[in-house]
Amino acid sequence: MANSMIPAGDFRTSYAADTTIFPTVTSRNVAIVSIILVCFAPYLFNEYWLSLLIQIGIYGIAALGLNVLVGFTGQISIGHAAFFLFGAFSSAYLSTKIGVPAFFAIPLSGVVTALVGLVFGLPAARLKGLYLAIATLAAQYILLDFFARAEWFSGGSVPAMAEPFSIFGYVFQGDRQYFYVVLAYVVVCYLLVTNMMRSRDGRALVAVRDHYLSAEIMGINLTKYRTLSFGVAAFFAGVGGALYAHYQLVVSYEGFGIERSILFLAMIIIGGTGSIMGTLMGTAFVVLLPEVMEWLSSVLAGGAIDQALGLKTNITFLREIAIGVIIIVFLVFEPDGLAHRWHQIKAYWKLYPFSH
Amino acid sequence: MNAQLLIQLLVNGLVVGTLYGVVAMSFVLIYKATQVVNFAQGELLLVGAWVCWALMVKYQVPFYFAMPITMVFMFIFGILIQMVFLRPMIGEPIISVIMVTIALSTVLQASMKWIFGVNPQPFPPIFTSQSVNFLGLQIQTVYVMSLVVSLAMMAAMAWFFRSSKHGLAMRATAFDQQVAQSLGISVKNVFAMSWAISATVSAVAGVVVAVVNGVSSGLSIYGIKVFPATILGGLDSIGGAVLGGIIIGLLENFAQFIDGEYLHWGNLYEVAPFYVLIIILMIKPYGLFGTKDIERV
Repeated sequence: MANSMIPAGDFRTSYAADTTIFPTVTSRNVAIVSIILVCFAPYLFNEYWLSLLIQIGIYGIAALGLNVLVGFTGQISIGHAAFFLFGAFSSAYLSTKIGVPAFFAIPLSGVVTALVGLVFGLPAARLKGLYLAIATLAAQYILLDFFARAEWFSGGSVPAMAEPFSIFGYVFQGDRQYFYVVLAYVVVCYLLVTNMMRSRDGRALVAVRDHYLSAEIMGINLTKYRTLSFGVAAFFAGVGGALYAHYQLVVSYEGFGIERSILFLAMIIIGGTGSIMGTLMGTAFVVLLPEVMEWLSSVLAGGAIDQALGLKTNITFLREIAIGVIIIVFLVFEPDGLAHRWHQIKAYWKLYPFSH
Repeated sequence: MNAQLLIQLLVNGLVVGTLYGVVAMSFVLIYKATQVVNFAQGELLLVGAWVCWALMVKYQVPFYFAMPITMVFMFIFGILIQMVFLRPMIGEPIISVIMVTIALSTVLQASMKWIFGVNPQPFPPIFTSQSVNFLGLQIQTVYVMSLVVSLAMMAAMAWFFRSSKHGLAMRATAFDQQVAQSLGISVKNVFAMSWAISATVSAVAGVVVAVVNGVSSGLSIYGIKVFPATILGGLDSIGGAVLGGIIIGLLENFAQFIDGEYLHWGNLYEVAPFYVLIIILMIKPYGLFGTKDIERV
């Protein structure tokens, strides 16, 4: 039991203890066991639920990048969906037109997306976060226009095709097999970001967010770190998009307008800006919200509320309204998101009978 | 080269540009007074246009009554938005505030679709004559009206800030909130007032656009076009916003001319302002008239 519990009060006597990912042996074991349990998901869930899980994974990776930018660096991007889509198109392009295997095409398209992101991010990185918001807004429109126009790259009005994921000649077919690809990427990406945030660069990003003048005085190059963080955000958007491309096998630019970018923002606000695990919670929330609303509308069908609101026909608008309202409610009442709520629940049970 | 078309398009550009200018002006008004970057500016146009449309079509109110009612409604609506959504955000980091306005734009946009449907609706005709002849050019009456209304709103705004007591209070608050407060200006009221005025002015612009093009959710694009205009003019300069709006309007139509005559890319006019935005951020990020941020530590 020596290492399995944290003593009352928070005693950390070394930097290593302070920056460790898992504070106790138990928490590490819980994490490993839960990943192993998730590996059984394809045998437990039907196709539909599995596709939702895959979506959570894919969007979770993209949202993670956005969280590095918004939550850890205090910048804001309103063009995340466009970068996500750019990753999808470039992976499709690399795998079908050039013949790069999907295994390499996914990280490669992440790098390409990061480079494109820098074109838009560089001018704004010299200025305050507000300017990056506006520059990414422009990126959203310019990139979507580019996709509609560039037939050699994205197929223009015809959707682009992507090769299925394969490794050493073995082709992953169907949701059940692709689930493991996504799971592997989720684990790798989340570990990567967790470790990055423990390093000097990660702490520099947080310093830039908390007080950029002090950070600059302490020798942190503001432009470099703002640019770096934007590059990281675009990279993960690209990786998420590439995974999306090899999952769908067809990529079309429809449905990736500014609403989708707002959805990405909703994920990290709901999950908790500046919380790595919160990102996944928020993504799950946003992906599952339409399902819950669908279910609610079928439960309420025929009732007085249904007749007053016309649930069935208006469900798309109601969903958008719900997303907007939830963002505002979280920003006003729970700015640290679900992750904070989760910590409070944990703290409550940790101290259970004697909370004061 | 088709000179007739070019002139026609430039006139269009001027008309649309002044409208951009008006919307940009009301955007800058909020930014200057309350430091809020309002991503829901376009939705204020949308709400105003739909309210006026509903009054005229559903309740058969004549235009000269419907317009003032819309303005009063939007005045109150602006105050309500400020009180309910923005007041709790005072003192929060700027990205939270931006996110609230983005969420607000989603909510308003979807609510309007929910209430009024997704189909564009034509606005009932207001003028009897379709077009007027001006120096040999056929100009639609609605365009003349649009130009006149825009210029009138700009003049009214200029008078308000120069000569009225409230305008002075607003300028003082924009200059320094603490000093303004210590001189007896209610900063709370100024914040609410700036939203109210901005919403009203935007609604008038929204109705003008609706009279020309009909009402549809596409109106909210005016709120997006505000960004190229204000970045070009300088984020905190009202005169710059107006000038930026006119330049962007002219540029859009000029891009359409080049596109239609020479390049044949299609849709160039829709994205041209955003290319301009990126270029300005690269070479002159504080715009033509914006104040440069100087930080003292």
